[in-house]
Amino acid sequence: MSKTAKTVSTAILAGAVATAMSSFAHAGPLTEAEGKAAMEAGKEKCYGVSLAGTNDCAAGPGTTCQGTSTVDFQGNAWTFVSGGTCASIEVPGGRMGSLEPLDRDLPA
Amino acid sequence: MADPHTGHLADTPSTASTTRFAASSMLIPASAGVSFKHTHLDDILADRDPVGFFEVHAENYMGDGGFPHRALERIREDYPISLHGVCMSIGGPEPLSRDHLARFKALVDRYEPGLVSEHLAWSTHDDVFMNDLLPLPYTDETLSHVCAHIDEMQSFIGRRILLENPSTYVVFENSTISETDFIREIVSRTGCGLLLDVSNVFVSATNHGFSPLSYLMDYPLEHVCEIHLAGHAVQEDDEGETLLIDSHDTRVAEAVWNLFEIVVKQAGPVPTLVEWDSDLPAWPVLKSEAAAAERILDDVATTFLMGKRHATAS
Amino acid sequence: MQPHRERGDLDTAGFRAAILNPAAERPTSITGPNGKQAVRRFNVYRNNVTVSLIDALADIFPVVQRITGKSFFRDMAREFVRAHPPSSPLLFEYGHNFASFMETFEPAARMPYLADVARVERCWLTAYHAADTATLAPARLGEIPPDLLGDTGFAPHPATGLVRSKFAVVEIFDANRNQENVGRIRAGIPQDALVTRPGHDVAVTRLPDGQGAFFGRLIAGGTLAEAAEAGANEAGGFDITEAIGALISTGAFIAAETRDQQD
Repeated sequence: MSKTAKTVSTAILAGAVATAMSSFAHAGPLTEAEGKAAMEAGKEKCYGVSLAGTNDCAAGPGTTCQGTSTVDFQGNAWTFVSGGTCASIEVPGGRMGSLEPLDRDLPA
Repeated sequence: MADPHTGHLADTPSTASTTRFAASSMLIPASAGVSFKHTHLDDILADRDPVGFFEVHAENYMGDGGFPHRALERIREDYPISLHGVCMSIGGPEPLSRDHLARFKALVDRYEPGLVSEHLAWSTHDDVFMNDLLPLPYTDETLSHVCAHIDEMQSFIGRRILLENPSTYVVFENSTISETDFIREIVSRTGCGLLLDVSNVFVSATNHGFSPLSYLMDYPLEHVCEIHLAGHAVQEDDEGETLLIDSHDTRVAEAVWNLFEIVVKQAGPVPTLVEWDSDLPAWPVLKSEAAAAERILDDVATTFLMGKRHATAS
Repeated sequence: MQPHRERGDLDTAGFRAAILNPAAERPTSITGPNGKQAVRRFNVYRNNVTVSLIDALADIFPVVQRITGKSFFRDMAREFVRAHPPSSPLLFEYGHNFASFMETFEPAARMPYLADVARVERCWLTAYHAADTATLAPARLGEIPPDLLGDTGFAPHPATGLVRSKFAVVEIFDANRNQENVGRIRAGIPQDALVTRPGHDVAVTRLPDGQGAFFGRLIAGGTLAEAAEAGANEAGGFDITEAIGALISTGAFIAAETRDQQD
């Protein structure tokens, strides 16, 4: 990094940190006790009603020690069902991203 | 750690003063437990009298931190837990993963489970993990692999493990030993205990056309320290005959309840887990399955002079 | 890895080759009981492995599945599972290369934003399982002598992840993960997603202009001065005070360390 950039940054950074710090004087968990209180509050939340909602208290895959009754190991035929929300997501170029048979767009 | 009387590995967590948990919550009672699923956590905490113990898959708690550990810590405060390994690949010819052993030991040390178990199956080849309990032929060679792996696991984690019989769908032409003889020999060579999955017996017996009762008569019931029960699905084999899938996604079938009753009448009441791993039901449904197991355990306990025994007291 | 041994009684290599490829021959030693066939029987294992791994991906990437629809997702995941089976028994570590797979997966070309959305989801799960480590205390910044601030670097929290995208990834992620109805979204707006877990809950934050470069430089080990410069170079509206506020409030870092100023 150039010396100029550093010199300029030092003054600006000091001011920026001071300003940012002042807005966090009461917001951050400054002490261990406050931090712990925040942790406990989080516990309440996760063990409480929010668990069943859309938050992050239940997520990700688990291992299996069982078989599955859903049969889905073979298919290689593409179904291109447009069941997803991609239909409402507009991609650059103005097209909607709905899933239609791929060969429509393929060059002949 | 070694038991001074037998030289065997300890069945139970250390009760030394270093434990973080109440001694009463160490041992798994000879009562019914269920798989612990995070979706049931709130219901469990709100339930005054849920079940006797909870079992978890070890691998799901091998992350560094976050919600899974917080949830399990919270459960462990109030209940004994059973740690059930799914991915050690004990049944394969390849050496056990040292990393996986270390992760497993860390969980044993952290949560002090009342019981520790793994499967007579394999899942890893080279660097590919297949996430299923794959079968093995029963031969002298595979027997020595399995025993070496169990020895290694038991000494690495410092605990005796229970080995679970698999549910299988195929047979190996090169098998030379029956499954029950194979398991009996493993127990004799390694000193491990047994987790008898009664549903797996029923599934395998149906799939392979043998009688579950004849299997149980050949099986070393005296070494059973835990029982598993689960629901299965019904499909068809190439001949259009029944092929059962050990799917853990529904209630335990009537035939399996009957087998369970026969087993505990013979072996005495032991910790019994109702496994439910997919299409999870509401908590009251799962709890009612555990209650059904508990009733059978209670009935049998009255006929045993010594009453219910702890799995670990033998 | 172990060198390949002679095949023993259990042919794990043959098993593995057949498990993920329905067209492959099953190991010759496998059969049915009492002279029965073993086609459907062996397929139970193929099915168990394939379905459980597809299900694992669906659990890691619920937003991608909602965007594509279940049928498309499972087709795409099945191809991925066959080409890239997991190497770790820890399933929550699976799918780190699913996003780059999507970029080369022709049927997904209509959804150019999909891979970056997948990257946000993968970061989310990594954050979910990350170590419980205290974030940088705001007071710590105040202890650094002003003239050393520019040479201060920050150690990222193990949960911290950054996805810089040409697409509206945060908006797409949020709408599909948290909203019942997904309205019309214009995907072609560049957005930077910062993933953190300052306490117990994973947070996905859309960074204001310039902060993507700022956080990117810091996460890569750059100093505060370097990061400030990167932010200012990227966006005229970059506000260093806001950026430092975000450095603290997001909990993306755990420690500040001032570099040796010998040079």
